[in-house]
Amino acid sequence: MSAVLEVTGIKKNFGGISAVDGVSFDVREGEILGLIGPNGCGKSTLFNCILGQLTPSGGEVKLDGKLVTGLRPAELNKLGVSRTFQLLQVFPKLSVRENLILAGQEHQGNMASRLVGRSDAGLTDAANQMIGFFKLDHLADEPAGGLSYGQQKLLDAAMAFMGGPRLVLLDEPAGGVNPSMLADLKDRLVAINREKNATFVVIEHNMEFVMSLCSRVMVMAEGKVLAMGRPDEVRKNPAVIEAYLGH
Amino acid sequence: MSGFGKPLKIALGLAVIAGLIIVPMNFNRYGLFILSQWAVMSIAAMGLNLTLGYAGQVSLAQGAFVGIGAYAAAIMTTHGWPLPAAILVAIALSFSVGWVLGYPALRVQHHYLAFVTLAFSTLAFLVFRNESWLTGGIYGISNIPRPHVLGIATNKPLPFYYVCLGSLAIVSVAVWWLIRSPWGRAFMALRENPLRAQSLGIDTRRYTLMAFAIGSALGGVAGALYAPLTQYIDPVPFNLSLSLDLLMMVIVGGAGFYFGPFLGAMIAVLLPEWLRFTEGYYLMLYAVAVMGLLIWSPTGILGILDRYLAERRTKAASALRAVAKSRLETAQ
Repeated sequence: MSAVLEVTGIKKNFGGISAVDGVSFDVREGEILGLIGPNGCGKSTLFNCILGQLTPSGGEVKLDGKLVTGLRPAELNKLGVSRTFQLLQVFPKLSVRENLILAGQEHQGNMASRLVGRSDAGLTDAANQMIGFFKLDHLADEPAGGLSYGQQKLLDAAMAFMGGPRLVLLDEPAGGVNPSMLADLKDRLVAINREKNATFVVIEHNMEFVMSLCSRVMVMAEGKVLAMGRPDEVRKNPAVIEAYLGH
Repeated sequence: MSGFGKPLKIALGLAVIAGLIIVPMNFNRYGLFILSQWAVMSIAAMGLNLTLGYAGQVSLAQGAFVGIGAYAAAIMTTHGWPLPAAILVAIALSFSVGWVLGYPALRVQHHYLAFVTLAFSTLAFLVFRNESWLTGGIYGISNIPRPHVLGIATNKPLPFYYVCLGSLAIVSVAVWWLIRSPWGRAFMALRENPLRAQSLGIDTRRYTLMAFAIGSALGGVAGALYAPLTQYIDPVPFNLSLSLDLLMMVIVGGAGFYFGPFLGAMIAVLLPEWLRFTEGYYLMLYAVAVMGLLIWSPTGILGILDRYLAERRTKAASALRAVAKSRLETAQ
């Protein structure tokens, strides 16, 4: 399998503190890679460096073998890299459907066609499908800000899939989501992974969720990669138990 | 759905339009001047509503763009150019200057951005006042001609009111189209969550610059109508207080609501006139009224309507839930 994403020696310093300290890994086409580690170990900073939200202090990011370090988030998104956020990041005053149309519209046509063309950029059907897929039907016309925390998390994930991305970086998708909704979310992620052949990198603290969802797991501690391997291997790794999982 | 039926909304809209066309026919010169001024200020406020209300970019420079449009129109029409050509130049000029003024917004936001635009406002005023070779300095430009439209002279107040009203209609349709297009949605995304917007492929830089440029261009259009309306311009009307007035129109009407600027301009232009019977007190009453409104409803007049409709929706939804629940209980 070829690598969709290759990260080489990424570093990020904030003042004297190095939040990410030379992280290298690759993500294979179609896999779900888990990313775990204690709070403050640099997981989210690593995401932000890959996605162009932060400029790395060093290192390279390659997408399909092409160097994309330093591209802006919007440019990366156009190349098929999408993300979800740890904290709620929806557009509270827009309805659920409008949120989804917004999430897909920049992948349709160009600036001119988005000005003179259809108001929904031809995305109402796709948005409705996504709404059905994430079981948000009864909320389609509600302002997103009025949804419960878990529902907004689902919407956030749904938005990440609207542009038909190849690679999705999910930052704690399970955080604050109740168990039954979480089972749903996992099903949806697996379905999109298989059917749309989308590749995922998932940051998560919920071990059960990570271990059952991911084909490989990378463990970070203090800005460095501590271990990388199949979930069962990682779980038994003494260094990982010491730094993160506990005895 | 919403509180009003669609046919009722259309009927209401048509009644307002018919009223705006028919009622002023027997207004006197001064009444028509005030109403024309309302139409012109509505256009400028719609531009600011786009930049501030929809895209969330604070600007204290809208009055300067009205000035740029007014001087462009005054200079060109007094040199024999037709008004439509002057309007196009005013649009192009204020669009480009607005685009450039958008660059600071890529770095600073909120009150910092307000200060940048405030400085620009002062700069524009100084250019209007000091560059006498172009603007006539403190003496201004007089004898600004009014246009002929379809062979009809608009020197009289009523025909020129119709020119202003027609322009307002065109701008209203254009802005309505823009707001409901994907651009409008992207503007709102800038306002609500630029970080998320970026990660969804929205080129926040380009849309921010566009929001500034288009909003400023509408300020330019308003200015290009203001010059032939008053037929004399000097720098004073375009100082910072016009920018603040326009900002107040947008806030009082309801920032981010389509009809906000129409209402806001009505209050800013007409209310002081209606309060004239109180003689010396009218400005004080006006100030108190505005303060009272904003304490009662910080989201402006349309914010009150919006809250009322939202409450009705919530009540309707709870009623539906109650029905569903009782059915469920009966089924059990």
